[in-house]
Amino acid sequence: MSDVVVEVTGLKKSFGPLEVLKGIDLSVNRGDVVCIIGPSGSGKSTLLRCVNLLEEPTGGKIVVHGTELTDPDVDIDAARTKIGMVFQSFNLFSHLSVLNNLTVAQRKVLKRDAKQAQEVALRNLERVGLSDKVNAMPNQLSGGQQQRVAIARALSMDPDVMLFDEPTSALDPELVGDVLGVMRQLADEGMTMLVVTHEMQFAREVADRVLFMDGGYVVEEGPAEQVIGAPQHERTQSFLARVLDPTHQGPSGS
Amino acid sequence: MAMSKRRRATLSRRVQYALFIVIALVLAFAADWTELRRSFFDVETAREMFPNVLTVAFKNTLFYTAFGFAIAFGLGLVLALMKLSSVGPYRWLATIYIEFFRGVPALLVFIAIDTAVPLAFGIAFDTASKAGVALGMAGGAYIAETIRAGIQAVPKGQIEAARSLGMTPLRTMLTVVIPQAFRIVLPPLTNELILLTKDSSLISVVGLTTAQYELTKFGRETLSQNPTMTPILIAGLCYLIITLPLGHLSRYLERRTGGKKISTPESTGLGVSA
Repeated sequence: MSDVVVEVTGLKKSFGPLEVLKGIDLSVNRGDVVCIIGPSGSGKSTLLRCVNLLEEPTGGKIVVHGTELTDPDVDIDAARTKIGMVFQSFNLFSHLSVLNNLTVAQRKVLKRDAKQAQEVALRNLERVGLSDKVNAMPNQLSGGQQQRVAIARALSMDPDVMLFDEPTSALDPELVGDVLGVMRQLADEGMTMLVVTHEMQFAREVADRVLFMDGGYVVEEGPAEQVIGAPQHERTQSFLARVLDPTHQGPSGS
Repeated sequence: MAMSKRRRATLSRRVQYALFIVIALVLAFAADWTELRRSFFDVETAREMFPNVLTVAFKNTLFYTAFGFAIAFGLGLVLALMKLSSVGPYRWLATIYIEFFRGVPALLVFIAIDTAVPLAFGIAFDTASKAGVALGMAGGAYIAETIRAGIQAVPKGQIEAARSLGMTPLRTMLTVVIPQAFRIVLPPLTNELILLTKDSSLISVVGLTTAQYELTKFGRETLSQNPTMTPILIAGLCYLIITLPLGHLSRYLERRTGGKKISTPESTGLGVSA
Protein backbone atom coordinates (compact mmCIF):
# COMPACT_ATOMS: atom_id res chain seq x y z
CA MET A 1 0.00 0.00 0.00
CA SER A 2 1.77 3.12 -1.13
CA ASP A 3 -0.75 5.87 -1.63
CA VAL A 4 0.89 9.25 -1.26
CA VAL A 5 -0.45 11.55 1.45
CA VAL A 6 1.91 14.50 1.05
CA GLU A 7 3.56 15.36 -2.25
CA VAL A 8 5.84 18.39 -2.41
CA THR A 9 7.54 19.32 -5.69
CA GLY A 10 9.99 22.12 -6.37
CA LEU A 11 8.91 24.04 -3.27
CA LYS A 12 10.44 27.48 -2.93
CA LYS A 13 9.86 30.05 -0.23
CA SER A 14 11.40 33.48 0.22
CA PHE A 15 11.01 36.00 3.01
CA GLY A 16 11.76 39.23 1.21
CA PRO A 17 15.19 38.87 -0.37
CA LEU A 18 16.00 35.82 1.77
CA GLU A 19 15.38 32.51 0.02
CA VAL A 20 14.73 29.97 2.76
CA LEU A 21 13.63 27.02 0.63
CA LYS A 22 15.41 26.60 -2.68
CA GLY A 23 13.50 23.77 -4.31
CA ILE A 24 12.33 20.93 -2.09
CA ASP A 25 10.91 17.63 -3.25
CA LEU A 26 9.28 15.38 -0.72
CA SER A 27 6.72 12.67 -0.73
CA VAL A 28 5.21 10.96 2.28
CA ASN A 29 3.27 7.72 1.95
CA ARG A 30 0.38 6.66 4.13
CA GLY A 31 1.65 5.42 7.46
CA ASP A 32 5.14 6.83 6.96
CA VAL A 33 6.98 8.66 9.70
CA VAL A 34 9.39 11.14 8.17
CA CYS A 35 11.75 13.13 10.39
CA ILE A 36 13.36 16.32 9.19
CA ILE A 37 16.62 17.23 10.86
CA GLY A 38 19.14 19.97 10.25
CA PRO A 39 20.76 23.04 11.74
CA SER A 40 18.64 26.02 12.74
CA GLY A 41 17.92 28.29 9.81
CA SER A 42 18.06 25.38 7.39
CA GLY A 43 14.39 25.87 6.47
CA LYS A 44 12.97 22.73 8.07
CA SER A 45 10.25 24.54 10.06
CA THR A 46 9.38 26.66 7.05
CA LEU A 47 8.99 23.49 4.97
CA LEU A 48 6.63 22.03 7.57
CA ARG A 49 4.61 25.26 7.79
CA CYS A 50 4.26 25.29 4.02
CA VAL A 51 2.63 21.85 4.09
CA ASN A 52 -0.49 23.36 5.67
CA LEU A 53 0.05 26.75 4.09
CA LEU A 54 0.72 28.63 7.32
CA GLU A 55 3.50 29.95 5.11
CA GLU A 56 2.55 30.77 1.54
CA PRO A 57 5.08 29.15 -0.85
CA THR A 58 6.70 31.39 -3.45
CA GLY A 59 6.97 28.54 -5.91
CA GLY A 60 6.39 24.85 -6.42
CA LYS A 61 3.48 22.57 -5.73
CA ILE A 62 2.05 20.96 -2.61
CA VAL A 63 -0.55 18.21 -2.78
CA VAL A 64 -2.00 16.75 0.40
CA HIS A 65 -4.36 13.81 0.13
CA GLY A 66 -5.17 14.67 -3.47
CA THR A 67 -5.88 18.35 -2.82
CA GLU A 68 -3.47 20.80 -4.39
CA LEU A 69 -2.91 23.41 -1.66
CA THR A 70 -0.97 25.70 -3.97
CA ASP A 71 -4.00 26.04 -6.25
CA PRO A 72 -5.28 29.60 -5.66
CA ASP A 73 -8.89 28.34 -5.63
CA VAL A 74 -8.32 25.72 -2.94
CA ASP A 75 -10.56 25.73 0.14
CA ILE A 76 -7.61 25.92 2.49
CA ASP A 77 -9.73 25.79 5.64
CA ALA A 78 -11.33 22.52 4.58
CA ALA A 79 -7.95 21.10 3.60
CA ARG A 80 -6.42 22.06 6.94
CA THR A 81 -8.97 20.03 8.89
CA LYS A 82 -7.23 16.96 7.45
CA ILE A 83 -3.73 18.18 8.43
CA GLY A 84 -3.02 18.15 12.16
CA MET A 85 -0.36 20.52 13.39
CA VAL A 86 1.56 20.51 16.66
CA PHE A 87 3.61 23.59 17.49
CA GLN A 88 6.81 24.07 19.41
CA SER A 89 5.01 26.46 21.78
CA PHE A 90 1.87 24.26 22.19
CA ASN A 91 -0.52 27.14 21.44
CA LEU A 92 -3.41 25.76 23.43
CA PHE A 93 -6.28 28.24 23.54
CA SER A 94 -5.52 29.81 26.88
CA HIS A 95 -9.10 30.92 27.59
CA LEU A 96 -10.59 27.45 27.12
CA SER A 97 -10.48 24.33 29.28
CA VAL A 98 -8.74 21.23 28.01
CA LEU A 99 -12.07 19.74 26.93
CA ASN A 100 -13.10 22.87 25.04
CA ASN A 101 -9.68 23.09 23.41
CA LEU A 102 -10.42 19.66 21.97
CA THR A 103 -14.06 20.26 21.01
CA VAL A 104 -14.14 23.85 19.76
CA ALA A 105 -12.90 23.15 16.23
CA GLN A 106 -14.87 19.90 16.00
CA ARG A 107 -18.07 21.80 16.70
CA LYS A 108 -17.39 25.08 14.86
CA VAL A 109 -15.54 23.64 11.86
CA LEU A 110 -16.62 20.02 11.45
CA LYS A 111 -20.12 20.85 12.81
CA ARG A 112 -20.16 17.84 15.08
CA ASP A 113 -22.75 18.02 17.82
CA ALA A 114 -21.60 18.61 21.39
CA LYS A 115 -22.05 15.01 22.48
CA GLN A 116 -20.10 13.52 19.61
CA ALA A 117 -17.35 16.13 19.91
CA GLN A 118 -16.98 15.35 23.58
CA GLU A 119 -16.77 11.62 22.93
CA VAL A 120 -14.02 12.13 20.37
CA ALA A 121 -12.22 14.52 22.72
CA LEU A 122 -12.31 12.13 25.65
CA ARG A 123 -11.09 9.25 23.49
CA ASN A 124 -8.11 11.28 22.28
CA LEU A 125 -7.36 12.62 25.74
CA GLU A 126 -7.13 9.02 26.87
CA ARG A 127 -4.73 8.25 24.01
CA VAL A 128 -2.31 10.87 25.37
CA GLY A 129 -2.87 9.73 28.96
CA LEU A 130 -4.53 12.87 30.29
CA SER A 131 -8.13 11.84 30.93
CA ASP A 132 -7.90 13.30 34.43
CA LYS A 133 -7.11 16.78 33.08
CA VAL A 134 -10.32 17.16 31.10
CA ASN A 135 -11.50 20.20 33.05
CA ALA A 136 -8.11 21.81 33.69
CA MET A 137 -7.12 25.13 32.18
CA PRO A 138 -3.96 25.14 30.02
CA ASN A 139 -1.99 27.27 32.49
CA GLN A 140 -2.53 24.63 35.18
CA LEU A 141 -0.65 22.04 33.12
CA SER A 142 3.05 21.38 32.74
CA GLY A 143 4.65 21.97 29.35
CA GLY A 144 4.65 18.25 28.61
CA GLN A 145 0.98 17.95 29.48
CA GLN A 146 0.11 20.99 27.37
CA GLN A 147 1.90 19.50 24.40
CA ARG A 148 0.07 16.19 24.80
CA VAL A 149 -3.25 18.07 24.95
CA ALA A 150 -2.18 19.90 21.79
CA ILE A 151 -1.57 16.52 20.12
CA ALA A 152 -4.98 15.28 21.28
CA ARG A 153 -6.57 18.48 19.93
CA ALA A 154 -5.06 17.88 16.50
CA LEU A 155 -6.07 14.19 16.59
CA SER A 156 -9.67 15.10 17.41
CA MET A 157 -10.07 16.41 13.88
CA ASP A 158 -9.26 12.90 12.52
CA PRO A 159 -6.39 14.15 10.35
CA ASP A 160 -4.79 12.19 7.48
CA VAL A 161 -1.37 13.47 8.45
CA MET A 162 0.17 15.05 11.51
CA LEU A 163 2.83 17.76 11.35
CA PHE A 164 5.10 18.24 14.37
CA ASP A 165 7.17 21.42 14.50
CA GLU A 166 9.93 20.79 17.07
CA PRO A 167 7.33 19.51 19.56
CA THR A 168 9.80 18.98 22.41
CA SER A 169 12.13 21.97 21.98
CA ALA A 170 10.28 24.15 24.52
CA LEU A 171 10.09 21.42 27.16
CA ASP A 172 12.13 20.81 30.26
CA PRO A 173 14.35 17.76 29.64
CA GLU A 174 12.46 15.47 32.01
CA LEU A 175 9.14 16.14 30.24
CA VAL A 176 10.40 15.35 26.73
CA GLY A 177 9.93 11.61 27.20
CA ASP A 178 6.17 11.81 27.78
CA VAL A 179 5.62 13.65 24.52
CA LEU A 180 7.95 11.44 22.51
CA GLY A 181 6.21 8.42 24.00
CA VAL A 182 2.84 9.62 22.73
CA MET A 183 4.35 10.31 19.31
CA ARG A 184 5.91 6.86 19.16
CA GLN A 185 2.58 5.31 20.05
CA LEU A 186 0.92 7.31 17.26
CA ALA A 187 3.55 6.08 14.83
CA ASP A 188 2.95 2.50 15.93
CA GLU A 189 -0.78 2.98 15.31
CA GLY A 190 0.05 3.86 11.71
CA MET A 191 -0.40 7.65 11.71
CA THR A 192 1.29 9.45 8.86
CA MET A 193 3.71 11.89 10.46
CA LEU A 194 6.08 14.62 9.36
CA VAL A 195 8.30 15.61 12.26
CA VAL A 196 10.82 18.42 12.53
CA THR A 197 12.98 17.47 15.47
CA HIS A 198 16.32 17.63 17.21
CA GLU A 199 15.70 14.33 18.99
CA MET A 200 18.09 12.07 17.08
CA GLN A 201 17.28 9.06 19.21
CA PHE A 202 13.58 9.42 18.37
CA ALA A 203 14.33 9.92 14.66
CA ARG A 204 16.55 6.88 14.63
CA GLU A 205 14.09 4.59 16.36
CA VAL A 206 10.75 5.77 15.00
CA ALA A 207 11.31 7.35 11.59
CA ASP A 208 10.92 5.34 8.42
CA ARG A 209 12.86 8.02 6.62
CA VAL A 210 15.05 10.93 7.66
CA LEU A 211 15.68 14.12 5.70
CA PHE A 212 18.72 16.20 6.45
CA MET A 213 18.23 19.82 5.40
CA ASP A 214 20.79 22.58 5.18
CA GLY A 215 20.74 25.97 3.50
CA GLY A 216 17.29 25.51 1.98
CA TYR A 217 18.01 22.16 0.33
CA VAL A 218 17.47 18.53 1.23
CA VAL A 219 21.09 17.43 1.45
CA GLU A 220 20.56 13.81 2.32
CA GLU A 221 17.58 11.54 2.53
CA GLY A 222 17.10 7.90 3.36
CA PRO A 223 16.32 5.33 6.04
CA ALA A 224 17.05 6.54 9.56
CA GLU A 225 19.81 3.98 10.05
CA GLN A 226 21.62 5.27 7.00
CA VAL A 227 21.21 9.06 7.40
CA ILE A 228 21.89 9.15 11.14
CA GLY A 229 23.97 5.98 11.49
CA ALA A 230 26.16 6.25 8.41
CA PRO A 231 25.73 9.69 6.79
CA GLN A 232 27.25 10.07 3.34
CA HIS A 233 27.51 13.83 3.04
CA GLU A 234 30.17 15.84 4.78
CA ARG A 235 27.62 18.42 6.02
CA THR A 236 25.39 15.71 7.51
CA GLN A 237 28.38 14.17 9.21
CA SER A 238 29.53 17.42 10.81
CA PHE A 239 25.97 18.31 11.89
CA LEU A 240 25.43 14.94 13.51
CA ALA A 241 28.84 15.01 15.15
CA ARG A 242 27.95 18.34 16.73
CA VAL A 243 24.50 17.20 17.86
CA LEU A 244 25.41 13.71 19.07
CA ASP A 245 28.73 14.53 20.67
CA PRO A 246 28.70 18.25 21.47
CA THR A 247 31.49 18.15 24.08
CA HIS A 248 34.16 16.91 21.69
CA GLN A 249 33.77 19.63 19.12
CA GLY A 250 35.61 22.85 18.49
CA PRO A 251 33.60 26.08 18.83
CA SER A 252 32.55 26.18 15.16
CA GLY A 253 32.49 22.44 14.58
CA SER A 254 35.20 21.29 12.20
CA MET B 1 30.65 66.65 66.06
CA ALA B 2 29.97 64.38 63.10
CA MET B 3 26.82 62.24 63.10
CA SER B 4 26.59 58.96 61.29
CA LYS B 5 24.44 58.93 58.16
CA ARG B 6 21.83 56.80 59.85
CA ARG B 7 21.50 59.10 62.86
CA ARG B 8 21.20 62.07 60.54
CA ALA B 9 18.38 60.36 58.62
CA THR B 10 16.51 59.57 61.86
CA LEU B 11 16.86 63.13 63.10
CA SER B 12 15.68 64.53 59.78
CA ARG B 13 12.60 62.31 59.87
CA ARG B 14 11.75 63.48 63.42
CA VAL B 15 12.11 67.11 62.41
CA GLN B 16 9.72 66.53 59.51
CA TYR B 17 7.12 64.94 61.82
CA ALA B 18 7.45 67.84 64.29
CA LEU B 19 7.04 70.38 61.50
CA PHE B 20 3.89 68.63 60.28
CA ILE B 21 2.33 68.67 63.76
CA VAL B 22 3.16 72.35 64.27
CA ILE B 23 1.63 73.35 60.93
CA ALA B 24 -1.48 71.24 61.60
CA LEU B 25 -1.95 72.83 65.03
CA VAL B 26 -1.47 76.37 63.71
CA LEU B 27 -4.04 75.75 60.98
CA ALA B 28 -6.50 74.18 63.41
CA PHE B 29 -6.33 77.18 65.76
CA ALA B 30 -6.33 79.78 63.02
CA ALA B 31 -9.28 78.30 61.17
CA ASP B 32 -12.79 79.62 61.64
CA TRP B 33 -14.54 76.29 62.15
CA THR B 34 -18.09 77.59 62.06
CA GLU B 35 -17.41 79.34 58.77
CA LEU B 36 -15.67 76.29 57.36
CA ARG B 37 -18.52 74.05 58.41
CA ARG B 38 -21.05 76.44 56.91
CA SER B 39 -19.34 76.55 53.55
CA PHE B 40 -18.19 72.93 53.27
CA PHE B 41 -20.87 71.05 55.09
CA ASP B 42 -23.98 73.09 55.55
CA VAL B 43 -26.43 70.56 56.99
CA GLU B 44 -29.44 72.53 55.81
CA THR B 45 -28.24 72.56 52.18
CA ALA B 46 -27.19 68.94 52.36
CA ARG B 47 -30.59 67.90 53.69
CA GLU B 48 -32.29 69.86 50.95
CA MET B 49 -30.36 67.91 48.30
CA PHE B 50 -31.72 64.55 49.42
CA PRO B 51 -33.28 62.44 48.14
CA ASN B 52 -33.12 64.04 44.68
CA VAL B 53 -29.36 63.95 44.46
CA LEU B 54 -29.60 60.16 44.49
CA THR B 55 -32.97 59.44 42.89
CA VAL B 56 -32.50 61.92 40.04
CA ALA B 57 -28.95 63.17 39.65
CA PHE B 58 -27.00 60.05 40.62
CA LYS B 59 -29.36 57.86 38.64
CA ASN B 60 -29.08 60.09 35.56
CA THR B 61 -25.28 60.15 35.76
CA LEU B 62 -25.30 56.35 35.83
CA PHE B 63 -27.75 56.19 32.97
CA TYR B 64 -25.93 58.69 30.72
CA THR B 65 -22.63 56.95 31.43
CA ALA B 66 -23.99 53.47 30.72
CA PHE B 67 -25.65 54.67 27.52
CA GLY B 68 -22.45 56.44 26.45
CA PHE B 69 -20.30 53.43 27.31
CA ALA B 70 -22.52 51.07 25.30
CA ILE B 71 -22.17 53.28 22.23
CA ALA B 72 -18.47 53.89 22.85
CA PHE B 73 -17.80 50.16 23.19
CA GLY B 74 -19.70 49.21 20.05
CA LEU B 75 -18.09 52.00 18.08
CA GLY B 76 -14.68 51.25 19.56
CA LEU B 77 -14.91 47.56 18.59
CA VAL B 78 -15.87 48.44 15.01
CA LEU B 79 -13.12 51.08 14.75
CA ALA B 80 -10.53 48.67 16.20
CA LEU B 81 -11.45 46.00 13.63
CA MET B 82 -11.36 48.64 10.89
CA LYS B 83 -7.94 49.77 12.04
CA LEU B 84 -6.67 46.18 11.81
CA SER B 85 -8.33 45.60 8.43
CA SER B 86 -6.24 44.63 5.43
CA VAL B 87 -8.31 47.05 3.35
CA GLY B 88 -6.60 50.44 3.27
CA PRO B 89 -9.61 52.79 3.22
CA TYR B 90 -11.07 51.18 6.38
CA ARG B 91 -7.76 51.67 8.17
CA TRP B 92 -7.51 55.30 7.02
CA LEU B 93 -11.06 56.13 8.06
CA ALA B 94 -10.58 54.60 11.49
CA THR B 95 -7.27 56.42 11.96
CA ILE B 96 -8.79 59.76 10.97
CA TYR B 97 -11.73 59.25 13.31
CA ILE B 98 -9.57 58.20 16.24
CA GLU B 99 -6.99 60.96 15.79
CA PHE B 100 -9.73 63.58 15.41
CA PHE B 101 -11.80 62.62 18.44
CA ARG B 102 -8.80 62.02 20.67
CA GLY B 103 -7.49 65.43 19.72
CA VAL B 104 -10.55 67.61 20.30
CA PRO B 105 -12.11 68.40 23.69
CA ALA B 106 -15.09 66.23 24.58
CA LEU B 107 -16.93 69.45 25.49
CA LEU B 108 -16.78 70.47 21.83
CA VAL B 109 -18.41 67.18 20.86
CA PHE B 110 -21.25 67.81 23.34
CA ILE B 111 -21.82 71.29 21.95
CA ALA B 112 -21.79 69.92 18.40
CA ILE B 113 -24.30 67.20 19.24
CA ASP B 114 -26.46 69.70 21.13
CA THR B 115 -26.77 72.31 18.38
CA ALA B 116 -24.53 72.00 15.31
CA VAL B 117 -25.44 68.44 14.33
CA PRO B 118 -29.22 68.93 14.65
CA LEU B 119 -28.90 72.14 12.60
CA ALA B 120 -26.77 70.55 9.92
CA PHE B 121 -28.58 67.24 9.57
CA GLY B 122 -32.04 68.04 10.85
CA ILE B 123 -31.84 65.34 13.52
CA ALA B 124 -33.47 66.00 16.86
CA PHE B 125 -31.86 64.20 19.80
CA ASP B 126 -33.55 63.87 23.16
CA THR B 127 -31.33 64.63 26.13
CA ALA B 128 -30.37 61.07 26.98
CA SER B 129 -29.42 60.44 23.34
CA LYS B 130 -27.35 63.63 23.27
CA ALA B 131 -25.41 62.46 26.30
CA GLY B 132 -25.08 58.92 25.01
CA VAL B 133 -24.07 59.84 21.47
CA ALA B 134 -21.63 62.57 22.50
CA LEU B 135 -20.00 60.43 25.18
CA GLY B 136 -20.00 57.44 22.84
CA MET B 137 -18.39 59.33 19.96
CA ALA B 138 -15.70 60.86 22.13
CA GLY B 139 -15.08 57.73 24.22
CA GLY B 140 -15.21 55.41 21.21
CA ALA B 141 -11.93 56.82 19.92
CA TYR B 142 -10.10 55.91 23.11
CA ILE B 143 -11.77 52.53 23.46
CA ALA B 144 -10.91 51.70 19.84
CA GLU B 145 -7.21 52.12 20.59
CA THR B 146 -7.53 50.05 23.77
CA ILE B 147 -9.29 47.21 21.96
CA ARG B 148 -6.86 47.33 19.05
CA ALA B 149 -3.93 47.00 21.43
CA GLY B 150 -5.71 44.10 23.17
CA ILE B 151 -6.34 42.26 19.91
CA GLN B 152 -2.73 42.71 18.88
CA ALA B 153 -1.57 41.44 22.27
CA VAL B 154 -3.11 38.01 21.59
CA PRO B 155 -0.12 35.79 20.73
CA LYS B 156 0.27 34.96 17.07
CA GLY B 157 0.53 31.26 17.89
CA GLN B 158 -3.11 31.28 19.04
CA ILE B 159 -4.20 32.44 15.60
CA GLU B 160 -1.96 29.90 13.86
CA ALA B 161 -3.36 27.11 16.01
CA ALA B 162 -6.92 28.13 15.16
CA ARG B 163 -6.18 28.38 11.44
CA SER B 164 -4.36 25.03 11.47
CA LEU B 165 -7.57 23.47 12.82
CA GLY B 166 -9.44 24.77 9.79
CA MET B 167 -11.06 27.85 11.30
CA THR B 168 -11.73 30.69 8.89
CA PRO B 169 -10.23 34.10 9.69
CA LEU B 170 -13.65 35.30 10.91
CA ARG B 171 -14.22 32.21 13.05
CA THR B 172 -10.70 32.59 14.49
CA MET B 173 -11.44 36.20 15.36
CA LEU B 174 -14.75 35.38 17.07
CA THR B 175 -13.76 32.18 18.85
CA VAL B 176 -10.14 32.73 19.78
CA VAL B 177 -8.91 36.31 19.37
CA ILE B 178 -11.76 38.45 20.71
CA PRO B 179 -12.41 36.40 23.88
CA GLN B 180 -8.72 36.56 24.76
CA ALA B 181 -8.39 40.22 23.80
CA PHE B 182 -11.40 40.97 25.99
CA ARG B 183 -9.61 39.61 29.04
CA ILE B 184 -6.57 41.67 28.23
CA VAL B 185 -8.53 44.91 27.78
CA LEU B 186 -10.83 44.52 30.78
CA PRO B 187 -8.64 46.56 33.18
CA PRO B 188 -7.98 49.46 30.77
CA LEU B 189 -11.64 49.35 29.73
CA THR B 190 -12.66 49.81 33.36
CA ASN B 191 -10.47 52.90 33.42
CA GLU B 192 -12.23 54.19 30.31
CA LEU B 193 -15.51 53.71 32.14
CA ILE B 194 -14.22 55.89 34.99
CA LEU B 195 -13.25 58.61 32.51
CA LEU B 196 -16.68 58.41 30.88
CA THR B 197 -18.38 58.69 34.27
CA LYS B 198 -16.57 61.95 34.88
CA ASP B 199 -17.10 63.18 31.32
CA SER B 200 -20.86 62.62 31.62
CA SER B 201 -20.79 65.91 33.58
CA LEU B 202 -20.28 67.69 30.25
CA ILE B 203 -23.95 67.19 29.41
CA SER B 204 -24.59 69.97 31.91
CA VAL B 205 -23.74 72.49 29.16
CA VAL B 206 -26.93 71.63 27.28
CA GLY B 207 -30.37 72.69 28.44
CA LEU B 208 -31.73 70.14 30.90
CA THR B 209 -35.06 69.90 32.67
CA THR B 210 -34.86 69.25 36.41
CA ALA B 211 -35.75 65.60 35.87
CA GLN B 212 -32.75 65.29 33.54
CA TYR B 213 -30.18 66.79 35.93
CA GLU B 214 -27.09 64.72 36.52
CA LEU B 215 -24.71 65.24 39.42
CA THR B 216 -22.73 68.22 38.16
CA LYS B 217 -25.75 70.16 36.94
CA PHE B 218 -27.62 69.28 40.11
CA GLY B 219 -24.73 70.53 42.23
CA ARG B 220 -24.47 73.76 40.29
CA GLU B 221 -28.19 74.47 40.48
CA THR B 222 -28.21 73.88 44.23
CA LEU B 223 -25.15 76.08 44.52
CA SER B 224 -26.88 78.98 42.77
CA GLN B 225 -29.56 78.96 45.50
CA ASN B 226 -27.33 78.14 48.47
CA PRO B 227 -23.95 79.77 47.96
CA THR B 228 -21.77 77.25 49.82
CA MET B 229 -19.29 74.55 48.81
CA THR B 230 -21.64 71.88 50.17
CA PRO B 231 -23.56 70.90 46.99
CA ILE B 232 -20.38 70.64 44.95
CA LEU B 233 -18.77 68.55 47.64
CA ILE B 234 -21.75 66.20 47.79
CA ALA B 235 -21.85 65.87 44.03
CA GLY B 236 -18.14 65.08 44.15
CA LEU B 237 -18.67 62.40 46.79
CA CYS B 238 -21.38 60.85 44.65
CA TYR B 239 -18.90 60.56 41.75
CA LEU B 240 -16.46 58.86 44.12
CA ILE B 241 -19.13 56.27 44.99
CA ILE B 242 -18.88 55.20 41.35
CA THR B 243 -15.25 55.82 40.50
CA LEU B 244 -13.44 54.50 43.59
CA PRO B 245 -14.89 50.95 43.39
CA LEU B 246 -14.29 50.92 39.63
CA GLY B 247 -10.70 51.96 40.24
CA HIS B 248 -10.26 49.10 42.70
CA LEU B 249 -11.97 46.70 40.30
CA SER B 250 -9.59 47.77 37.54
CA ARG B 251 -6.53 47.19 39.71
CA TYR B 252 -7.93 43.84 40.86
CA LEU B 253 -8.53 42.71 37.27
CA GLU B 254 -5.09 43.90 36.34
CA ARG B 255 -3.52 41.81 39.07
CA ARG B 256 -5.61 38.80 38.13
CA THR B 257 -5.17 38.88 34.37
CA GLY B 258 -2.93 41.62 33.05
CA GLY B 259 -0.63 41.36 36.02
CA LYS B 260 0.36 37.90 34.89
CA LYS B 261 1.23 39.36 31.51
CA ILE B 262 0.96 37.52 28.26
CA SER B 263 4.03 35.36 28.45
CA THR B 264 5.60 33.69 25.46
CA PRO B 265 6.09 29.96 25.94
CA GLU B 266 9.72 30.35 24.87
CA SER B 267 10.41 32.41 27.93
CA THR B 268 8.52 30.40 30.53
CA GLY B 269 8.15 26.94 29.05
CA LEU B 270 4.59 27.04 30.33
CA GLY B 271 2.60 28.05 27.33
CA VAL B 272 0.32 31.02 27.20
CA SER B 273 -1.25 31.91 30.49
CA ALA B 274 -4.11 34.30 30.70
